[in-house]
Amino acid sequence: MNWDMGIAGAGLALALWACAGVETPERGTASGGDTDRSTVRIVVLSHGQTSDPFWSVVANGAGDAAREMGVHVEYQAPTSFDMVRMSELIEAAVASRPSALAITIPDPDALAPSVKAATAAGIPAVSFNSGDAASQRLGFLAHIGQTEYEAGVAAGERLASGGAKHVLCLNHEVGNVSLDTRCRGLADGLAKQAGTMQVLGVRLADPEDAAQRIRSALARDPAIDGMLMLGPGGAAPALAALRETGRLGKIAVGTFDLTPEALAAVRDGQLLFAIDQQPYLQGYLAVVLLTKYLETNAMPGGGQIIRTGPSFVTRENAADVIALARRGVR
Amino acid sequence: MRLFAWPELGAAAAAVLVWIIFAAIAGPPFRSLEGTAAVLNAAAPLGILAVAVGLLMIAGEFDLSIGSIVGCAGMSIMLLTRHYEWSLWPAIGAAVALSLAIGLGNGYLVVRTGLPSFIVTLGTLFVFRGLTIAVSRQLTRRTQLGGLDEVSGFGPARILFGSDAVGPFQVSVLWWLGLAALATWVLLRTRFGNWILAAGGGPEAARKLGVPVARVKVVLFMTTALAACLVALIQAVRFTGADALRGEQQEFRAIIAVVIGGTLLTGGYGSAVGAVLGALIFGMVQQGIVITGVDADWFQVFLGIMLVMAVVFNEFVRRRAMEAR
Repeated sequence: MNWDMGIAGAGLALALWACAGVETPERGTASGGDTDRSTVRIVVLSHGQTSDPFWSVVANGAGDAAREMGVHVEYQAPTSFDMVRMSELIEAAVASRPSALAITIPDPDALAPSVKAATAAGIPAVSFNSGDAASQRLGFLAHIGQTEYEAGVAAGERLASGGAKHVLCLNHEVGNVSLDTRCRGLADGLAKQAGTMQVLGVRLADPEDAAQRIRSALARDPAIDGMLMLGPGGAAPALAALRETGRLGKIAVGTFDLTPEALAAVRDGQLLFAIDQQPYLQGYLAVVLLTKYLETNAMPGGGQIIRTGPSFVTRENAADVIALARRGVR
Repeated sequence: MRLFAWPELGAAAAAVLVWIIFAAIAGPPFRSLEGTAAVLNAAAPLGILAVAVGLLMIAGEFDLSIGSIVGCAGMSIMLLTRHYEWSLWPAIGAAVALSLAIGLGNGYLVVRTGLPSFIVTLGTLFVFRGLTIAVSRQLTRRTQLGGLDEVSGFGPARILFGSDAVGPFQVSVLWWLGLAALATWVLLRTRFGNWILAAGGGPEAARKLGVPVARVKVVLFMTTALAACLVALIQAVRFTGADALRGEQQEFRAIIAVVIGGTLLTGGYGSAVGAVLGALIFGMVQQGIVITGVDADWFQVFLGIMLVMAVVFNEFVRRRAMEAR
């Protein structure tokens, strides 16, 4: 019993040691600057799990940057969308004294105390993906991500030039501020060409229910000639509703974010576009910019937002993006 | 027999072992004041739940509904203050009353029907999580509500429930330790404490000796609900808002902490100090892995291994101690 415990303990300790790059930093090819990059340790802390395809791409971006920069990067996330656990993670990350931090801020009010402790401890930090409005106030050097309003405006302009005048904004989380902001942007983008927008709340947990709601909205108002999904989960029910009402291909449809289904629909011409906020760049740029900041104290953006999107996937480039998505970089 | 009367001995040894492992690998950051605070602050809410759940488990029952009560009580406070514009303290009073009522309902159902509490509270777990989501969606179309700091009465609540009490340590740590001390006193020094042990050890014999087993259990179900309400309050004040999903899976973590702490799943044996140590081990492992710098992809692997190791070591020490007597 004694020996078993000893062996198990030693084995676990060894494994922890090996996984914890802290004690065994990989030697990087330091190029210029006074900082020894092999000692640089950046913690990337997000609210999304790497089991989610979107966040897997973010983590791939951060990992690639770590290899290229020769620094050590850890990706941390709570096991579910949980602000309490996330604030605990931030606290633990700050206690571990990393060289720099990159954090997502999906709920600025909830995370403010822990985040302020991080920036107050003098750890250089950028926010990414979510929290653009709160980033500066919370003391971050920069925010890397897509701005919701501008993305909505760009989507509105695209739909308008695709011939849409009356567009449905399919919101799967009414009350979520960032999604409401996208709809507002859409309205303003459409208004430039005298188009109008109305919000339709859908529940993606029940795709059948979502499809029926979209169907009845289309039946109620035959003037509707455009749709924008705020998340790719809405693509399948929306396409089903259009197919059933015989309006597939007759109205302009776009979606936020990429999934294999949404990309295939764009390639096949069923969707006009998919808005890509380029999550790979969010992880990649956070690590690169923080590494350079540690060496040069220089940070682009002037405290404003460094935009990674919106980038548009359309029929022309869909095949290329599908190939890149298979490699986990889009 | 004297060491057997110390259910927390093994847990204490396991806690020391876990601390030594992390102190050796993560080094100064884990041992620092900041690192210690990161551990204790994370362990405190779980610890508060574990102390109450520990008492209930010693009496031979489970409460799986506490995670849902955390979500329910938190959202009740937010709905009353933000939607119905109550001031904070009456809303807190209402949330406490609601939680006690849920606990009373749980307890009454269990002692009245004689069904396993595991099943009864599994049912209420779903009912109250579902109600919380449905009612808050119905009233506000949202499942997350913020802005508690703009409600009148927030100042004193912040000091009591959400402040950094001592340096980097949150006030929740004081609540945790205070409640653990209270529970230990009740268990070891009062007649009610004897009743708890008797109710779990042999309910039939206890009943024959005149122990009001049903009443004891109902009171303990109300205690776990109250502890869940306190955690909800602490988190609502600290994060100035609530989420209908808050507290999810906390019921299982609390049971894990209690079992790590040496309380028997079958009841009749255990301690509040053990529950404290169990929550501490959980917090050390959870935060220590992050401080050590293990990537999130590997997190659950190590969490699982460390927890099993802690329990095995706990058992080993306890058995050795019993042989030595």
